[in-house]
Amino acid sequence: MTAPTAWEPIIGLEVHAQLLTRTKIFCGCATSFGAEPNTHVCPVCLGLPGALPVLNRSAAEMAVRTALALGCTVRARSVFARKSYFYPDLPKGYQISQFDLPFSEHGHLDIEPEGGEPRRVGITRIHLEEDAGKNLHGVAEVPGQSVIDLNRAGTPLVEIVGEPDLRGPEDAVAYLKKLRSILVALGVNDGNLEEGSFRCDVNVSVRRRGTEAFGTRVEIKNINSFRHVQRGLAYEIARLTDLAERGETFRQHTRQWDDERGRTVFLREKEGSDDYRYFPDPDLPALVLDEAFVAAQRAQLPELPDARRHRLTSVLGLPTYDADLLTSHPRIGDFFEEILRSRPGDGAFAKRAANFVMTEVLAGTTTHGLEVSFPITSSQLVELLGLVEAGTISGKQAKDVYAAVQGTDRSPKSWVESQGMAQVSDASALETICQGLIDQNPKQASAYRAGKTNMLGFFVGGVMRETKGSANPVVVNEILLRLLA
Amino acid sequence: MPLIDRAQVLHVAKLARLTLADDEVPVITAQLERILEHIAQLSEVDTEGVEPTAHVGVDRLPLREDVVAPSLDRAAVLAAAPDTVGHGFVVPAFVEE
Repeated sequence: MTAPTAWEPIIGLEVHAQLLTRTKIFCGCATSFGAEPNTHVCPVCLGLPGALPVLNRSAAEMAVRTALALGCTVRARSVFARKSYFYPDLPKGYQISQFDLPFSEHGHLDIEPEGGEPRRVGITRIHLEEDAGKNLHGVAEVPGQSVIDLNRAGTPLVEIVGEPDLRGPEDAVAYLKKLRSILVALGVNDGNLEEGSFRCDVNVSVRRRGTEAFGTRVEIKNINSFRHVQRGLAYEIARLTDLAERGETFRQHTRQWDDERGRTVFLREKEGSDDYRYFPDPDLPALVLDEAFVAAQRAQLPELPDARRHRLTSVLGLPTYDADLLTSHPRIGDFFEEILRSRPGDGAFAKRAANFVMTEVLAGTTTHGLEVSFPITSSQLVELLGLVEAGTISGKQAKDVYAAVQGTDRSPKSWVESQGMAQVSDASALETICQGLIDQNPKQASAYRAGKTNMLGFFVGGVMRETKGSANPVVVNEILLRLLA
Repeated sequence: MPLIDRAQVLHVAKLARLTLADDEVPVITAQLERILEHIAQLSEVDTEGVEPTAHVGVDRLPLREDVVAPSLDRAAVLAAAPDTVGHGFVVPAFVEE
């Protein structure tokens, strides 16, 4: 936590999230990431004269699901506007966005900042817009030139504008993580900060504690990891606080986080919204999102991370830590729930399964955006845990079986049989072994009967040696206690 | 009261990425003044109680199914650009945001 000073930081975040549609927002070009430069372009996304945009239905649907999941209202008639500015990554000289009549407003997000109290923060608005092109770094041959790839131009984005309700770097990180987990759970965004499909601009200012009016703000761009958000904000808050202490004023501007040098640097003067000369795009009539459209999207909302986590903790009694980890990605949550389905409502099994998944399976699990690759299938794991539950193998043996079957299509059950690993739970077979041991060790047996109860361990150990560790210890204990009584 | 002054002209020129020579500014200012006067005639129309109209004819945005359509041939696209390097368009150097 940052030490409190006389100055209070005020933070608001703007997130641009690419929607996972197959095609661009206003044309049929594919959105695939990492394609050969300038192979997914057409007259619409190149801004060629006479080309006309037509909105992608899927983008509108995903946008509405985003709004509903964030508790936002959906406007029945919203308007696309042209945001005019000249920048080399913007082929038309304007970006199609939404301005005074966005499709969605007035939402909220419940955050749990590290070291702070859970609380609800506001979302001002969400609007739909198109992405710009991408700088092909290292391709330009002449200083003063850049080379551009327009494959990304026209990719659908939702811009989610948060209220200035955040008060520190921890709040900002909690907000972004929660927002990302919701978008990923909705399946509308892959949450990839590094590849730029989930991007964040930070607005920050400081004001004297106890006062109402906000100070002059700066916007920080180029923050592409949670660590950068934390470090960039901590740096900028300290810098703004220092300026405020010394009574220095400055004009609103945009800065950039330089992670290598660990500081923010001046990027440019902030343009006022007047300078963008917004006006309704004559090519795009009003976007009508009527009740039927919204209801259809509401019906498709999946269970959101908070609800799933609550179900795991309240209904199945899992610790919060386990529930957080197991719901950290929707596919991990799905995987875990497939395991739970083998013993519905069994909280004790859920905890044992959670332990196994967290200690063994997640160590070998990799995630990339919405994709998750597990070292074992859920049906293999159900079979493996079933062997433990039935007493066929011990928990320790389960780890060995796991190591043998992971990354293969082997059946844990067949593997256990083929290796002769099955734990001996057959009481009559074990009783014969136990009786034999007692007969061969009369001194130890009478010592036990005379009150040296720790001698039981000697016999348990003997049985384990004879069975090469495959005896069920619970059954062995029962038999020995009875025979030595 | 002029409709546009020197400061506004310089601001608009900056937004349009235009560099105006000192002796061009009064000329452009006078020309823009005449254009604005011409457009200002529209305000003579009484629009009291009339809803602003941005579109005519189509009441709601048609939606397109999310189905991939062929993109253009890259060679043809690049051939239409003033300058290219490799498979990209050459533009003035910029910082990606």
